[in-house]
Amino acid sequence: MSTLGRAVAAEAAARPATRRRLRDRDWVWGYAMIAPLVLGLGLFYLWPVAQSVYYSFTEWTLFGDATWIGLRNYEQVLTDPANLRALRNTFVYGGLSLLGIPLSIAVAALLGTRGLKLVSLYRTLYFLPVVTMPAAVAMIWTWLYNGDYGLVNYLLSLVGVEGTSWIANPSTALYALVAVGVWTQVGYNAVIFMAGLQAIPRHLYEAASIDGAGRVRQFFRVTLPLLSPSVFFVSVLSVINGLQMFDLVYLMLRRGNPAREETQTIVSLFFSRAFEEGAKGYAAAMAVVLMAITLVLTVVQFRVQKRWVHYA
Amino acid sequence: MTGKVWALVCAGALVAGLAGCSSSDGADAGGKVTLTYAYWDEENQGAAMRKITEEFTKAHPDIEVKLQFTPNKEYWTKLQTAAAGGTAPDVFWMNGPRIGLYASQGALLPLSDRIAKDKLDLGKYPKSLVDLYTLDGKQYGIPKDFDTIGLWYNKDLFDAAGVKYPDASWTWDDVRDAAKRLTDPAKGVHGIGAMAWSQELYYNTIFQAGGHVISEDKKKSGYDDPATIEGLKFWKDLLDRKLSPTVQQMTDNDPIEMFKSGKLAMWYDGSYDAAQYNKTEGLNADVAPLPAGPKGKATVIHGLANVIYAKTEHPEQAWEFLKFLGSEQANRIQAESGAVIPAYEGLQDSWVKSMPKLNLQAFIDQLPDARPYPVSKNTAAWARPETDAITKAFSDGQDVEAIAREFAATMNAALSQEK
Repeated sequence: MSTLGRAVAAEAAARPATRRRLRDRDWVWGYAMIAPLVLGLGLFYLWPVAQSVYYSFTEWTLFGDATWIGLRNYEQVLTDPANLRALRNTFVYGGLSLLGIPLSIAVAALLGTRGLKLVSLYRTLYFLPVVTMPAAVAMIWTWLYNGDYGLVNYLLSLVGVEGTSWIANPSTALYALVAVGVWTQVGYNAVIFMAGLQAIPRHLYEAASIDGAGRVRQFFRVTLPLLSPSVFFVSVLSVINGLQMFDLVYLMLRRGNPAREETQTIVSLFFSRAFEEGAKGYAAAMAVVLMAITLVLTVVQFRVQKRWVHYA
Repeated sequence: MTGKVWALVCAGALVAGLAGCSSSDGADAGGKVTLTYAYWDEENQGAAMRKITEEFTKAHPDIEVKLQFTPNKEYWTKLQTAAAGGTAPDVFWMNGPRIGLYASQGALLPLSDRIAKDKLDLGKYPKSLVDLYTLDGKQYGIPKDFDTIGLWYNKDLFDAAGVKYPDASWTWDDVRDAAKRLTDPAKGVHGIGAMAWSQELYYNTIFQAGGHVISEDKKKSGYDDPATIEGLKFWKDLLDRKLSPTVQQMTDNDPIEMFKSGKLAMWYDGSYDAAQYNKTEGLNADVAPLPAGPKGKATVIHGLANVIYAKTEHPEQAWEFLKFLGSEQANRIQAESGAVIPAYEGLQDSWVKSMPKLNLQAFIDQLPDARPYPVSKNTAAWARPETDAITKAFSDGQDVEAIAREFAATMNAALSQEK
């Protein structure tokens, strides 16, 4: 072998080595960077999940003695009528929270209108509920919904409609809470849709209008398909949020509210069982069931997305 | 992304916080010990609690007491979690519905031996309260205070309607008549508030009708007893005749506030709310004993106790503190603050005199008719469904009897799971 050949061979042999060494160092840094997050996730998310699953097979007395009872908790969870009612309510919350999507798209489109004055003021106003403490949101809406002195009923009385005690009336309470939930989410969703709208190339609209498409047609043929990834993202999040509805139920329903049964969700019932009644193993089984439901619905959403989500 | 960063920061803070918690204490060597004392009523009782701990530290300079206030809504969840994690406060407030669960699961220090050794005289406290905190023959708490229920009335509204003030001779009929004459829809005034609150309202009328909430042996619900249902119907009738605001109205507008602002002429409420009615400006109200039902007079009596956490690191010091909390001196401080009726014998008078414009004697006079607050080992398992069921029963167009009977079955099922 010539000198040259040997040199080339040596270099060739050396190159992957240096590259590997370099790669090793990258890995170290990479892991170091993500370590806090992974540790955090493991410690505060994955480990509790594993524990919940374990405890769902136990009868856990108030102060920590857990005895293994197999599937008995699950039998009770799946047959208790209170859970089935709460499950139905939870699905209503999850389903109706999708109503926020068209609303958010409309808000995003309006906020993106060219030449709109005071646009940053409007953006702030719509985003404010997102960053407001749920306790404050709940308190304000409790006042607005008051049957005797509430603003909602006052406004209705102006158009001759007689209101009700919105959150104390079993037939309206659920929807009143959904409305608040949607209201708090609109600003957040609108931000995502605004980003999505801005990513749509302008020339597509020009091409469409040359082809004679009006604004409505442009919206359905250009905007909506190209916005579909954002819609998908928001709908997955909305459904998960809806399924986890708790804070508004907990904060807005006072002692002795006759609408409690009609508004109870799986999570609020979970809270009662675990922390008020002390049935922690049973509550853990409820949490696992909810997790399974959330998982299934999310997987279904991901499967179905192929039919309607267009990635440009 | 920023959300995740914040989550990490919070997680870090949490870890630091935990480390902070666990690194405290260990001061035993120096002789100075810090006890934690948890309670849930800052507004009415915070000042008295602070004064009591100050007095205690004066007598025991080597024991410091740290007060830990938690609002009632979070008190039990927090305590439960802390007790499960082994970090509950050394001494804390306990109530009737919870004592069974806490004592039976070994979260509380049994006190009987210490009581015998130090010759503490439990005869100084009302017997029904001492019994409430006794489980399987063992004493777990020293009574702190007690409360009964009274009929509060707005004198101005009574004068305007020309109705005679209530007194000890009143019966259910008098309440119904008065409510009818006091109700004035034009002014938005109702004769009485019929809310689905157990201790303040319907437990009392259940007893007055000769019914019961739970059987003596704590094994069976009393909600299928016709007398119990009669006690519930007393309120349902007032609601149906629109002599009370609807349950929905009282959910939106707290009935206590409605009474304070002159929208309710009569209102059943406990001695523990006397202080707030006393200091409400423009409210000219007073209180009378509860009116008698078909089976005579009755009022619910309940009271709190101070208890020691089973796993406290300083049981001796905690016991010293508990003895002081149960002492005449500490009870006198509570009495003079006016917030609660002290449990200690002979001090009720100073509480009665703490708010001279109210006839607080009405609460004390009812003691011979007092009935203990109904509890079982795991009261929480049926108390919440009970509130829901009775609330439903009191709502428009509901059949109180059917709902009560249905709830009896639910309650019996919960009781059968108690061990």
